[in-house]
Amino acid sequence: MLKVDPTSLSDDDLLDRYQRAAFDYFLENVNPDNGLVADTSRPNSPASIAVVGFALSCYPVGVERGWMTREAAVKLTLAALRFFWTSTQGNGDDVTGHKGFYYHFLDMRTGRRVWRCELSMVDTALLMAGLLVSGAYFSGAGEDEREIRDLAEALYRRVDWRWAQGSAPTLRQGWKPKSGFLHYGWEGYNEATILYVLSMASPDSPTSDDSYVGWTATYQWENIYGYDVLYGGPLFMHQFSHAWIDFAGIRDAFMREKNSDYFENSRRSTYLHRDYARHNPYGYNGYDENLWGLSAGDGPGGFRARIERRPHRFSGYAARGAPFGPDDGTIAPWSYPASLPFAPDICLAALRHLGDRYPEVIDNFRLPSGFNPTLANRRNFGRHGWVSEGHYGLDQGIVVMMIENHRSRLIWELMRSNQHIRRGLRKAGFTGGWLSQPASPAPGGRDVL
Amino acid sequence: MSYEKTKAAAFPVDRNDATLIRGAHPPHWRNPDPTGPYNLVVIGAGPAGLTAAREAASLGAKVALVERSLIGGVCINVGCIPSKAVIRTARLYADMRDAENFGGDTPKHVGVDFQRAMTRMRQIRRRISRADSAESLASEGIDLYFGEARFSGRDSILVAGQTLHFRKALVATGSRARLPTIPGLAEAGYLSNETMFDLADCPKRLLVIGGGQLGCEMAQAFCLFGANVILAQRDPMFLPGEERDAAQILSDALAREGVEVRLNTEVVAVRTAGGKKLADLVRDDETTTISVDEIVTGIGRSPNVDGLDLENAGVAYDANGIKVDDYLRTTNPRIYAAGDVCLEHKFTHTAEATARIVVRNALFFGRRKLSELVVPWCTYTDPEIAHVGLYPAEARQNGVPVKTYTVLMHDVARAVMDGEEEGFVKIHVREGSDRILGATVVASHAGEMINAVSLAIRSGMGLNALADVIHPFPTQAQGIKMAGDAYRRTRLTSFWKHLAGRWLAWSRR
Repeated sequence: MLKVDPTSLSDDDLLDRYQRAAFDYFLENVNPDNGLVADTSRPNSPASIAVVGFALSCYPVGVERGWMTREAAVKLTLAALRFFWTSTQGNGDDVTGHKGFYYHFLDMRTGRRVWRCELSMVDTALLMAGLLVSGAYFSGAGEDEREIRDLAEALYRRVDWRWAQGSAPTLRQGWKPKSGFLHYGWEGYNEATILYVLSMASPDSPTSDDSYVGWTATYQWENIYGYDVLYGGPLFMHQFSHAWIDFAGIRDAFMREKNSDYFENSRRSTYLHRDYARHNPYGYNGYDENLWGLSAGDGPGGFRARIERRPHRFSGYAARGAPFGPDDGTIAPWSYPASLPFAPDICLAALRHLGDRYPEVIDNFRLPSGFNPTLANRRNFGRHGWVSEGHYGLDQGIVVMMIENHRSRLIWELMRSNQHIRRGLRKAGFTGGWLSQPASPAPGGRDVL
Repeated sequence: MSYEKTKAAAFPVDRNDATLIRGAHPPHWRNPDPTGPYNLVVIGAGPAGLTAAREAASLGAKVALVERSLIGGVCINVGCIPSKAVIRTARLYADMRDAENFGGDTPKHVGVDFQRAMTRMRQIRRRISRADSAESLASEGIDLYFGEARFSGRDSILVAGQTLHFRKALVATGSRARLPTIPGLAEAGYLSNETMFDLADCPKRLLVIGGGQLGCEMAQAFCLFGANVILAQRDPMFLPGEERDAAQILSDALAREGVEVRLNTEVVAVRTAGGKKLADLVRDDETTTISVDEIVTGIGRSPNVDGLDLENAGVAYDANGIKVDDYLRTTNPRIYAAGDVCLEHKFTHTAEATARIVVRNALFFGRRKLSELVVPWCTYTDPEIAHVGLYPAEARQNGVPVKTYTVLMHDVARAVMDGEEEGFVKIHVREGSDRILGATVVASHAGEMINAVSLAIRSGMGLNALADVIHPFPTQAQGIKMAGDAYRRTRLTSFWKHLAGRWLAWSRR
């Protein structure tokens, strides 16, 4: 529940509350000894390397907003960087990473692989993006901040991106010690742009020059509900890479052909989700112009049930998308702050509606991974329906970063000055906009050479 | 043979089958005595062979048609016709369970009579096969031979001890279910399309290997008959090659109906224990073992090229089938091929279309090309998934910029009325024009709806013109016109809106 009436808050105060609540997730769920951050706030959750990437990106926000001291941020950042630098790499089972990549989930204490999970390419990219934020932000002359810069650079350079292509132009999604590369790659637009940018920019082991083109060849440009969009079903696909890179005004070959850019595409996709909720083809409770947003996130669990005489199948953690589904009536409310820079009006309206209509799903301004009002008073779910238990680091991280980009553009400015990002974008064929301007050090940051 | 170890009853199962056999391969049939060379000898009396033989005979050609088994081939006997007949009954059970959703009263207990469904299928199969009976073919002037055909030279074949000389020949021997290479599967016994329609009882627990067309159709049908179905697919999505969003909708529909969907999963070994079949499933590096009563494989089809002595005729072939050029001519210019034995897209309608090309090219100096065919196809799940022309990725690989106009079926009024609003119409055009490159339709009747787009492509109609085609209201095919409307709206640029506004304002003066 909300302890403060959100209707009394100005837009900026409201966003500040949501952002602070999300930020605190990282301080509450970090292991200060190794900098690892739990995937979720649930008991015994392992760490997720992507969540660490988000955490590293959020600490500078905390410093700038006065929510943590620079010293504390340096300490947590350095703990993580030292851990990743010194932890065991190798092709065995019981390690932390391989070829500079890291396993998706790690034990919070030992930092070793858990759940027999995959060595994850995209999650490593999100971790690396966080490292680059650290390297760009901590520009001080002191020994600790210099060590952060050196380790961030060394860790990024150590990743063997070319290896991760296997024998294909596109990157593989993952690798496991016994079975090798997962046999499926990427098809269609999704959150992986940052992965391609970082992998192409690598000074030591970049992917081949055809990797990005190989991926974009699978893109589909569609007119849906009157919007011309590069389709990606779940909203997080239109948010994650954008947390680090400001795609407004810069275009690759695909967007030049379509006379658009990826920022505009995220804006249209946000509106498309809202329009889908207005259509509400499955008749889910609550869906309207202020309750929308399907994304990857927690769900009520895998079961089939008839609601209002119609058969439905519900899922646990899954990627939900619009308009082609899957859709089980589960809303990811963190989508609103996460799409804020693209479509502030409708996102703010939705965020306020959420506080007015569904205050019970919000834990003192911290948003759950998902909630499902259709299940209210059904299958023992209670009168509020299903609400995800605890919180997920990914959701909290994207909330902190996108609210910050909306408020001050801090992360975007830091990354604009980063030579790796600039080089990767250029190699992927991006031109124009801020890329055609010379790099200048961001406020509080410095170039990483 | 492996299927003898399954619970499938031996064919013929009932008197419908017996009647079918009497027509499709009469037991006391006497082959004609050849008199001089034939204009066309056709090997294989499936859809391609029947079409070619009939068309050639109707034009006055002297035609021989050779069949080793049943007239009708896979399609009638063990393919499209029995499977779609069975799917119809399965859909009925789905509707009965869903009666409330249609304003009806769902029966308290929906009992499934599997045998009755199979009997209906056999009745339908018998009825449809009547049109292609041996007697009717003979009455059309076709010399019908039963027996194994072998080429004895570049212009002759041997069948049942007789030599048939030809000016031109057509190999239309079709294809058969590909043998799976999974260790232990043949010993444990499995069902393919060639044996599953002889099933006497619905298996309680069924593993379907392969999420292609056959695998998805049968997984859904058996699930609706009440079987616990596990569908294992090696790829990350069903219907490899089909559009991602189409496969996504199908995957959701299967899961909603209760099919246990196992993507990225390979079946690596099968064994039997205690009357059950145990299958080892591997996903990444994790292995799980499941216990089932039956296993259905739908992993693809192999061309029937063995035993024809194609070498004697100088006809080249490999594991993918007989090599043909764009005119469907083999490496022996007297001999042509059509249908599954030489085509990548193994469908009844492509078999028939290629057979028509062969008759013109082989007998009448025609220059019709395989590459000019506009070939749609459809997967008969619920919803159906139909496609024609290029996929966007194919077009982009050829450097063609593509834009897709998408209409959701939940915006099509009739689909909403019918409770069939799952799916979409996607029409792909060349960016900056209305030239239709291809289309995918996912809808309850997608197979019927796609025809409007096939017609448009074949006749060179653009998407703009489709917006002018009047559809009776309400029909689901309106979704096709709505894609045309969407195209037209994007052409209404701000410049034209401004101009129109100015004109209308002026005309009000």
